Amino acid sequence: MSYRTSIGVRSHVFDSLAELLAKASPFRAGDALAGVAAVSAEERMAARVLLADLPLRAFLDEALIPYEQDEVTRLIVDSHDTTAFAPVASLTVGAFRDWLLSPQADTAALAALAPGLTPEMAAAVSKLMRNQDLILAARKIHVVTAFRSTIGLPGRLAIRLQPNHPADDPRGILASTLDGLLYGAGDACIGINPASDDPAKLRALWELLDQLIARHGIPTQSCVLAHVTRQIEAIEHGAPVDLLFQSVGGSEALNRSFGVSLALLREARDAGLSLQRGTAGQHVMYFETGQGAALSANAHHGLDQQTCEARAYAVCRAFAPLLVNSVVGFIGPEYLYDGKQIIRAGLEDHFCGKLLGLPMGVDVCYTNHAEADQDDMDNLLVLLGAAGVNFVMGVPGADDVMLGYQSTSFHDALALRETLGLRHAPEFEAWLHDQQLIDGHGRLRAPGSLPALPLADSIEALGR
Amino acid sequence: MTPPKHEHHPAPPTAADPWAALRVHTPARIALGRSGASLPTRELLAFGIAHAQARDAVHAVLDVPALRADLAGFGLPVIEVRSAAPNRAAYLARPDWGRRLDPASAATLACPAATPDLVFVIADGLSAVAVQRHAAPLLAIGLPMLDDLVIGPLVIASQARVALADAVAMALGARLVVSLIGERPGLSAPDSLGAYLTHAPQPGTTDAERNCLSNIRPDGLGYAAAAAELVALIRRARAAGISGIGLSAATALAAVG
Repeated sequence: MSYRTSIGVRSHVFDSLAELLAKASPFRAGDALAGVAAVSAEERMAARVLLADLPLRAFLDEALIPYEQDEVTRLIVDSHDTTAFAPVASLTVGAFRDWLLSPQADTAALAALAPGLTPEMAAAVSKLMRNQDLILAARKIHVVTAFRSTIGLPGRLAIRLQPNHPADDPRGILASTLDGLLYGAGDACIGINPASDDPAKLRALWELLDQLIARHGIPTQSCVLAHVTRQIEAIEHGAPVDLLFQSVGGSEALNRSFGVSLALLREARDAGLSLQRGTAGQHVMYFETGQGAALSANAHHGLDQQTCEARAYAVCRAFAPLLVNSVVGFIGPEYLYDGKQIIRAGLEDHFCGKLLGLPMGVDVCYTNHAEADQDDMDNLLVLLGAAGVNFVMGVPGADDVMLGYQSTSFHDALALRETLGLRHAPEFEAWLHDQQLIDGHGRLRAPGSLPALPLADSIEALGR
Repeated sequence: MTPPKHEHHPAPPTAADPWAALRVHTPARIALGRSGASLPTRELLAFGIAHAQARDAVHAVLDVPALRADLAGFGLPVIEVRSAAPNRAAYLARPDWGRRLDPASAATLACPAATPDLVFVIADGLSAVAVQRHAAPLLAIGLPMLDDLVIGPLVIASQARVALADAVAMALGARLVVSLIGERPGLSAPDSLGAYLTHAPQPGTTDAERNCLSNIRPDGLGYAAAAAELVALIRRARAAGISGIGLSAATALAAVG
């Protein structure tokens, strides 16, 4: 089916739904690299005008990647909840934007709607929304999940403590972990990106975090972000695994390039649930995604990168995750060129994920070859805080010495808490208070007034 | 200006974190202290210097005459090529252009009289600084260890990705190509050199078919150690007739791009 409209003397024709979506997208490098971006600003607006008039139902009638070829499409189609969809079933994409911004779309209505939306509907409406709209709509959506801490409650922000070390040195990892805990970070999870894939070394990391958490009664969960098959094997060998992590994407081909399938993810979740290690809840999955991954694996099927990204959220929501985050600026300038594109993508990903019912966080980050710097990250962080982001990363000094990129720091989290009055996850807040690390207002106590480092002896005890 | 270092500039007592002793365990930026919720000025500037050096390295232009002069002593012809990326902005946004020769450069490449066993492509990549500093010292140690091989001309490549070396090797008829290329600058080092080895490159050769040595610089993988590892890789690739994961899973890494 083709779509056509005229603006002034020029007519614009789009040959498919995929082309219409791609050309309606705000400009970004990856869509130009893929050859799917609008060729002019006017063509982009023509696509948006047509998209605004498109019934939401059109996305139920036409699959962007054929049902027969792609298990993600099959998941999206087969799990669509028509009853939940009913309140917006008669709307166009443009009217859906109006509805999302109206008082009718309150927290309860948005929670009830999520299973009735497909990723393509979320992607489509986001393309008509300004950054301000993405913030206003997302902040109405509360997705609350729990394992040992409860994440996503309104007015609260959690931090994934990311204590990576270039050689997985246990003392080095502990040193960064303690630094983060003493800065009040770690309520989303303590998650290590391992440098090595060696099962024995991975096992040591799980044991280390398990002992640290047990020793100090820390209400958080650990994660070692190895390939999911390594994590399943570790559970089979008795490792103390809290969360199961995997990078996922919006097409079967992309997931294959990651070495995963929906069946493998199901197996991983079952393995995690079998351990029953959560105390506040049993959300055991942690997923990461990011715009551009599909194109980089040549698994984008001609779709724009933001639509591919939204489809990844359909994969995530099938497994009731504790945490999902878009690693928005990690992939590099050929996909998101500068601060403007990274900020836009971060807000889109957060909004689309939340709209589809996911506990969204964002790795607010950039690489040194992107046209971005700390000021851009400050902007995105505050915008996401205003949008109600569930969690962000905490990396010592914003400098990940293992992965070689800049994320948000423990200090950034403190600054965001202070700017917006955001509190820690409740269980973690109580623990910080018990450790005398925060005062009655949730503020970090002055370093000079800390009692004699109750955690520091763990370095010697656990860092062997 | 010398970057401030933790060891040399202890934090003032009012802002210090009492767990500063933990810094011996990790290169990560821990125990930075704080000014309210934010970084102390000292640490703000230290980070700023590291980022500035990384940014300058990304945008540095390869000084080709200086590099030519550094390579002149090796007794090999030196030729220059450019990729299809016309400038740095295009290079960063379009990795596909950085992998292709520009037509004028392609026309200048012709098979030498003696078919080379091996060609070195010295490419700016994401850090011209790395190439400028480390390519010639590495070759000075490595080339004498390869004097039984026919080495093709030294090819200086501007606005180049790793795979540009494939096109160069095919044009020169070389069976084996090593790309010495500037890696993406990190905050800890703006001048890491990478060496990517590819056997029998063709259009569409993937990164899985390359072997990589990373972080070549005096404070990382030193010249002598890098040269020894690279020469060993070259000899194994020649003997086995392959490169990449098939040659050694342990040394095959994803390429820069």
